[in-house]
Amino acid sequence: MNCAVPRESDQALLPPGTPLREAQPSLTATTWRRRELIVAAALGGLGSGLLTGCATGAGPAADPNALQLANRISWGVDSATLQALHRMGQRDYVAAQLHPPAEDRLPAAVQARIAALPLQQRSMDAWVTELAQRRSAAQALPDDKDKRAALQGYQRDLNALAQDAATRTLLRAHYSPYQLQEQMSWFWFNHFNVYQGKADLRAMVGDYEERLRPLALGRFSDLLIASATHAAMLRYLDNTQNAARRRNENYARELMELHTLGVAGGYTQKDVQELARVLSGLGVRFGDAEQPPLEPALQPLYWRQGAVEFHPGRHDMGEKRLLGARIQAGQGWDEILAQLGRLARHPATAHHISMRLAQYLGEDQPAPALVERMAAAFTASDGSIALTLQTLFDAPELPATLGRKFKDPMHYLVSAVRMLHDGQDLPDTPALLRALSRMGQGLYNRQTPDGYPLDAAAWSGSGQMGTRFEVAQSLVGRAGSGSATRAQLAIEAGAGPRTRRVLDAATSPEERQVLLLCSPPFQYR
Amino acid sequence: MQRRTLLHTLAAMPLAIHSARLAAASPGTPRLLVVFLRGAYDAASLLVPVASTHYYETRPTIAIARPGSGAEAALPLDTDWGLHPALAGSMGALFARQQLAFVPFAGTDDASRSHFETQDGIELGQPLQGRRDLRSGFMNRLAQVLDTRDAIAFSDRLPLCFRGDVAVPNLGLARLGPPPWDARQSQLIQDMYTGTPLAEPVQEGFTVHEAAQREIAGSSAIGELVAANRNAVTAKGFEGEARRIARLMRERYQLGFVDVGGWDTHVGQGARSGYLANRLAELGQGLAGYANEMGPAWQDSTVVVLSEFGRTFAENGNRGTDHGHGTVYWMLGGGVRGGRIVGEQVALTPATLFQRRDYPVLNEYRALLGGLFARIYGLNPAQLAQVFPGADTSTGVSRLDLV
Repeated sequence: MNCAVPRESDQALLPPGTPLREAQPSLTATTWRRRELIVAAALGGLGSGLLTGCATGAGPAADPNALQLANRISWGVDSATLQALHRMGQRDYVAAQLHPPAEDRLPAAVQARIAALPLQQRSMDAWVTELAQRRSAAQALPDDKDKRAALQGYQRDLNALAQDAATRTLLRAHYSPYQLQEQMSWFWFNHFNVYQGKADLRAMVGDYEERLRPLALGRFSDLLIASATHAAMLRYLDNTQNAARRRNENYARELMELHTLGVAGGYTQKDVQELARVLSGLGVRFGDAEQPPLEPALQPLYWRQGAVEFHPGRHDMGEKRLLGARIQAGQGWDEILAQLGRLARHPATAHHISMRLAQYLGEDQPAPALVERMAAAFTASDGSIALTLQTLFDAPELPATLGRKFKDPMHYLVSAVRMLHDGQDLPDTPALLRALSRMGQGLYNRQTPDGYPLDAAAWSGSGQMGTRFEVAQSLVGRAGSGSATRAQLAIEAGAGPRTRRVLDAATSPEERQVLLLCSPPFQYR
Repeated sequence: MQRRTLLHTLAAMPLAIHSARLAAASPGTPRLLVVFLRGAYDAASLLVPVASTHYYETRPTIAIARPGSGAEAALPLDTDWGLHPALAGSMGALFARQQLAFVPFAGTDDASRSHFETQDGIELGQPLQGRRDLRSGFMNRLAQVLDTRDAIAFSDRLPLCFRGDVAVPNLGLARLGPPPWDARQSQLIQDMYTGTPLAEPVQEGFTVHEAAQREIAGSSAIGELVAANRNAVTAKGFEGEARRIARLMRERYQLGFVDVGGWDTHVGQGARSGYLANRLAELGQGLAGYANEMGPAWQDSTVVVLSEFGRTFAENGNRGTDHGHGTVYWMLGGGVRGGRIVGEQVALTPATLFQRRDYPVLNEYRALLGGLFARIYGLNPAQLAQVFPGADTSTGVSRLDLV
């Protein structure tokens, strides 16, 4: 099903039974202008100096396009977003979002809350090593009951580490002024997806996320290498089992199919086998474990960084042929780096990544010409994600997509809490994370390497809509006061007449909030 | 594209049309429920290979005793097989009524022994070779072939097997509370969606939820069961859930799906009693409750119970079992020709085990289910190939006269 929402005001003009898709184009332009007036008027009425530019009709943020763009670039607008947009203007706001500072800019209390999480107290290596020891100790217990209890305790602690990581992500999504970076962090985790339920990955997902996050708007080749040299990925896609004489193609296949070239990227089964040979010996070693015993000739080729090692004794040193090019025998680790770089810079990769970005931040079926321009920007900038996205945000195709991309559960949840709490304290994060799981998009919970789907059809089923509405009810109940935040007023102002009529039928401020969260415009970004 | 247009047209029509569609499932309509035991249950504890000395040698602490050895013993089904005694009252009785058949050595040729790989593979029901289409599950393709939209997943998420071109609702009954709205509020929400592409799923979501709620309200005992088990679906609360599913299937649906977790028994699984025995007992009671609740519609009902793979034939060092290969599928129904153990079989010796450790797969599940569907629905080969593309339905497995 295609869930692009028609402008509400369009529908009053349609005879019953008219297929909506066909009717839209001729109407959009006029209704767009009408909405502009409503939004401008509503924002002007906020009174606190917010978006005062529209009083003269000249301020950049008075443009509902700018508001919609901010809604797209962020997890959902709150008043800080609106203020930043007003203060900086659309162009500078987008530029700032594309180039976030290296360090987090979170409120001190939030920073402290994150710093206090048990996950933060030790390195991934330390957690994984300790938990592995606990597991062995539990396995060695003679009594079944004790053993089961000890293993349950081990599982609980693993769960807690993943929960801490998820809490950190949710707090950043709610509070960070650099919303695009947080969205892109989620995007890249999902693009290079790993599943927390496999083995002890729950002790690794937080660290994996931390590795990808600073690169979220950086260079694609850095992202690819970061994921390829993280224990979570190597374990998840079984490259830890991939050795010269016992090949495992799992990672090699997904690396080309999902991470770089795309399924139609022009590689063959033979290329998968050859890439598996290239990747053989790239694995995981935790703790203080010594370098493995190696023949003297191989010792200089051994490489280790944290929990990841290149084990030349497990690597296929022979000559290879990948995507039509010969790979000289015996290079080892340098060969892996070179081939990852080659895949990252391949034209098919530029296209595949641009397509995914356009689907995530544009629309389900992006215009081919736009994707081509993005791919050109990707290639010209050696895979700069910021510059590729700049092309998207500058695109003339973009405005027509704004407010028409169906929110997945993560966008729905975060946009709702950002509206309800509006920069204020975010209590009870475990309940919020449960709500996300209930809606089917729990963090780190996608089992398959393809990541959660980016399109509307995957999230707009009847049961899913029902669950979403129940979540809305519980979010409002949890938020408490019912008093409308400035973000809420701005969002209400942007809604169409039908929605506003229903909102006005609410019998309490809380009910009004629930109805707004359940309304058609709130399902889209 | 045409279908979309149709949906949009439907969405803009008066509500009466939807209501008519939702009150489907007339008497005589075949009803199929698929029960997925996620986590790979230990099939050799359910359907006990009582004729295999190797079974008793390799399971010194967790084997189920041979029939005739007292209250601990398996219930004899035929000369080779016995039933776990925890199921004697529920599934044993159904077997005696010839409404339950077991298919041992069933499963998929996927030998990854990965829960999620194999579950996904089974739900997609596509050939193992070649590229998988993650948007197309076999139950959805069955709904397409049957040209029905009376399909539902009784789970919090739409399972992979129901993904596809037919819009299938999902509703998790295990933790379904009363709707948090009154009629006025649900009407207000639906009003906002009138004429939008989401009007239909939104309206259907409310209708299904309210219908389910009415069924639940019909039984306060079930209501208490629900309250007692707010967490993930386990067999423990399964009877209450199964009875609710039966009411909905009876009144509204042709195709249903539910999953039950908690079967990954690596440690201390128990034997005559213990963890696994409790799980099996609760599952059996649930299925018996389903049969009972269906009433006369049970005659037209089929239930298939399956799991991603079996477990190791021998017990491990922790009085449990590890990931194996072949498993046992169950077929229940008023029209099932039961009271039998069906399909290809082999005597269980070290030499006949798959990789000398697991049940082999002799009854490939796509051929098995394809054959079953063909008989229930009278599907032609082209339709069958649409549901299970590339499945070899020429083999005996497809020709089992299960119904």
